[in-house]
Amino acid sequence: MMLTPWGLKLINSAPLDQLWPRIRRSLSDRLFKQRTLLLLILLGPPLMWLGIVYLGSLFALLAQSLFYIDEFSGMVVHEFSLRTLRELFTATNVDIVARTVTMAGAVTVFAAVVAFPLAYYMARYSGPRVKALFYLAVMLPLWSSYLVRVYAWKLILAHEGIIRWTFEHLGMARVLDSILAIPVLGGPSLSVSYIGMFLVFLYIWLPFMILPIQASIERVPTSLLDASADLGAHPAQTFRRVILPLVFPGIVAGSIFTFSLTLGDYIIPGIIGSSRLFIGQAVYLHQGTAGNIPLAAAFSIVPIVIMAAYLTLARRLGAFDAL
Amino acid sequence: MRSKGGQRAPWSLKLAAVAVLLFLHLPLLLIIVYAFTTEDKSYQWPPPGLTLKWFSVAWHRADIWQAISLSLQVAVASTAIALLLGTLAAAAIYRSRFFGRETISLIIILPIALPGIITGIALRSAFNIAEIPFSYWTIVLGHATFCVVVVYNNVIARFRRTSANLVEASLDLGADGLQTFRYVVLPNIATALLAGGMLAFALSFDEVIVTTFTAGQQTTLPIWMLTELVRPRQRPVTNVVAVFVIAVTFIPILLAYYLTRDTVHVGGANK
Amino acid sequence: MSSAVTLDRISQHFESVVAVDGISLDVDSGEFFSLLGPSGSGKTTCLRLVAGFDQPTAGRVLIGGEDVTAHPPYRRAVNTVFQDYALFPHMTVRDNISYALMVRGVTDSERRRRTAEMLELVQLSGMENRRPAQLSGGQRQRVALARALINAPPVLLLDEPLGALDLKLRQQMQIELKALQRQLGITFIYVTHDQEEALSMSDRLAVFKNGRVEQTGSPQSVYDKPQTAFVAGFVGNANILSAEQAGRLGMPRRETALRPEKIHLHIDARTVPQGAVKCSGRLLASQFLGINTRFEVEVSSGLVLDVVRQNALEQVVPSAEGEVTLAWRLDDAHPLGAQID
Repeated sequence: MMLTPWGLKLINSAPLDQLWPRIRRSLSDRLFKQRTLLLLILLGPPLMWLGIVYLGSLFALLAQSLFYIDEFSGMVVHEFSLRTLRELFTATNVDIVARTVTMAGAVTVFAAVVAFPLAYYMARYSGPRVKALFYLAVMLPLWSSYLVRVYAWKLILAHEGIIRWTFEHLGMARVLDSILAIPVLGGPSLSVSYIGMFLVFLYIWLPFMILPIQASIERVPTSLLDASADLGAHPAQTFRRVILPLVFPGIVAGSIFTFSLTLGDYIIPGIIGSSRLFIGQAVYLHQGTAGNIPLAAAFSIVPIVIMAAYLTLARRLGAFDAL
Repeated sequence: MRSKGGQRAPWSLKLAAVAVLLFLHLPLLLIIVYAFTTEDKSYQWPPPGLTLKWFSVAWHRADIWQAISLSLQVAVASTAIALLLGTLAAAAIYRSRFFGRETISLIIILPIALPGIITGIALRSAFNIAEIPFSYWTIVLGHATFCVVVVYNNVIARFRRTSANLVEASLDLGADGLQTFRYVVLPNIATALLAGGMLAFALSFDEVIVTTFTAGQQTTLPIWMLTELVRPRQRPVTNVVAVFVIAVTFIPILLAYYLTRDTVHVGGANK
Repeated sequence: MSSAVTLDRISQHFESVVAVDGISLDVDSGEFFSLLGPSGSGKTTCLRLVAGFDQPTAGRVLIGGEDVTAHPPYRRAVNTVFQDYALFPHMTVRDNISYALMVRGVTDSERRRRTAEMLELVQLSGMENRRPAQLSGGQRQRVALARALINAPPVLLLDEPLGALDLKLRQQMQIELKALQRQLGITFIYVTHDQEEALSMSDRLAVFKNGRVEQTGSPQSVYDKPQTAFVAGFVGNANILSAEQAGRLGMPRRETALRPEKIHLHIDARTVPQGAVKCSGRLLASQFLGINTRFEVEVSSGLVLDVVRQNALEQVVPSAEGEVTLAWRLDDAHPLGAQID
């Protein structure tokens, strides 16, 4: 076996005589010797963009919550004051926060209930091909147009839309009317009721709940279920005592999305539902027509604070491992 | 169970699973039906008649074409920026251990973890403070900010799956850093980049919340849709546009799925 | 003989963890040198320092007499076979093997010729258009070898290259690797945690523990003259006697290693030859292992010795709990040197 020795090859290789390979090599040498430089080159652009432009804007906004608006001139006064933050605690504003949090909570709970059977079926009873199909069926709505999906519900919930039509054809128009007659939740039609808004939120964020639950069910070894049955537990007991506790982190993981996304949404409450405000709308109105940037900034802090608390809790419940 | 004996799912579970799937997909099908309705004053169901007329009406609407064109341009630029920044960030976070690594990955995720409206008004007020007028680039800036994470997630997942030794093997065999990038790193992350790019494109093409704050008087396709949603004027044309949007966003999503189907990642992205 | 690779007091710290702690080693040209030790003992770190993947915190690395400590891997005249092979998954076998030539700008025809030679060397001719995913573990191993050898590096680094193979294949590859090393005449630095592998293949080996080298030498000297209790226990099995225990058994009062197979088991104390160290004990347990039998014998006051005896036909099998006599030559009991300082 004749092999050309390594060192000889390195020195004699022709391309190193050319310009580009030489530049390339000396550049590589420099980056190798100064790994910090390489790290800076890699991290620099994303950090400039996100760390300075994005975080900078964010902090600039939040800082404005410490300014306040002059009641007579309507001009922003650039002086530090807790006045604006205090304004968050007026009855109207507390109502807005409470309304939004209640909606987010309701959406989250129902999303978990609705997502579970599908997630369970995907994780336990479907073969690889069916599972891929299901996965795609959940992914597609998750990634496809938010606006179009909201729009679809505007069609569905309309007074002349398919829901009322279905109820009428089943001879159950009265059932729908009595549902709409429920105080607070109901309204003249589904599209201007909290029930309608709730359905849209549920629909839009549901995929975010299905996937983490499915993943965490998949991680429960089948042998545990067999063991539980073997030890004499009813399926219902196995579910409550074995499956649910093990899948709970997955549910919490999904709830981070459904809760946070509902909390900050301003488009759905603007299109479906009554004229009563949600946090997102309040932010929108205050920064827009009202020109009260300090109050808008103060309102922005609310979902951030709520989510920070929620995430801390979720971390304790082990939800981050289920993401 | 899938394991032994081919145990079947209880019929109630099957029924519930199918019901949830229908719940997820029927509304989208409904829109397609509505695109053919002859009724143009209300959302009447069932459609009194079917027609192709609205497709040709929509086809001749200059405002829609302008909106589509702006959306496409924004999506292309945002995707390009996101590809660059997301890949750099993923490479830095994956390759090295350094102080503040966790903080940086948090910063990357923040733009989609926080409600879009906060990102939106934060950017808007920053533009105000810096006296930057609204333009094509202000929209791109907003979009790229939240698209970075999609590329980042895809690329870092691929890095984690490929053997860390590949880069070392290449250096060991005499390739310098840039050659290693070209011959080993790039081919290995190519499909992840493509998938990340597709998703970033879909995300940008569809984005409305941040855009409302960074677009000024410009109309992207989602902004056009939003205006129609709030004050419906040409319902059937909106239906047609909605169908178009479904088609345009489904293609990159499906492609991205097929490019990365061996890495099923969960909850890695949202809007 | 000249040094192929020299490690000069190198240390490697990862934050507060010391992976390699002031190691000095000299590997001679053309030698098969093994770095043997349990996982986390610093042997792989040493290999990576030679390859240039990591930079030492202190000390120098010399290859062929030249200080290469600051050189990047692509400027070092060594090549590596990785534990997981690290074959490029997007390239064919041919492209993998000719990679080193390609990045140096060797012409296409030359590349093809040399690749064909290497494929022949590792007996993979006809596989050049396959991808790594289409190969078996053993075939991947050969591709990795061919890829690393194509430039005829003066030194080849192998990081547990046989770890992923099953026993039969591993034994076959051990023989092939050794033959290949002789044929090519290049230096092999071979990392392994398998003491049998290290003993059977190496010209010399270094035993690692906690980032330090415990002992360097030929397989036979390391096995027969272990300097520390750790080496005695890690390379083969050994009974370790404390200085006091050794003294009580009539040997010099020093910590002593005693190989189980060097102890002879006698049912009848009168058969013990003259001049041997002997002691009586009680048989606690015996394990039949096919080729030999392992006994546990309690020799006075809690000292239990392992004894291994080849199985032969007319042997008397001692009864459980029975009295036996153990004997060994004083020369076979090895006092542990390093422990005295």
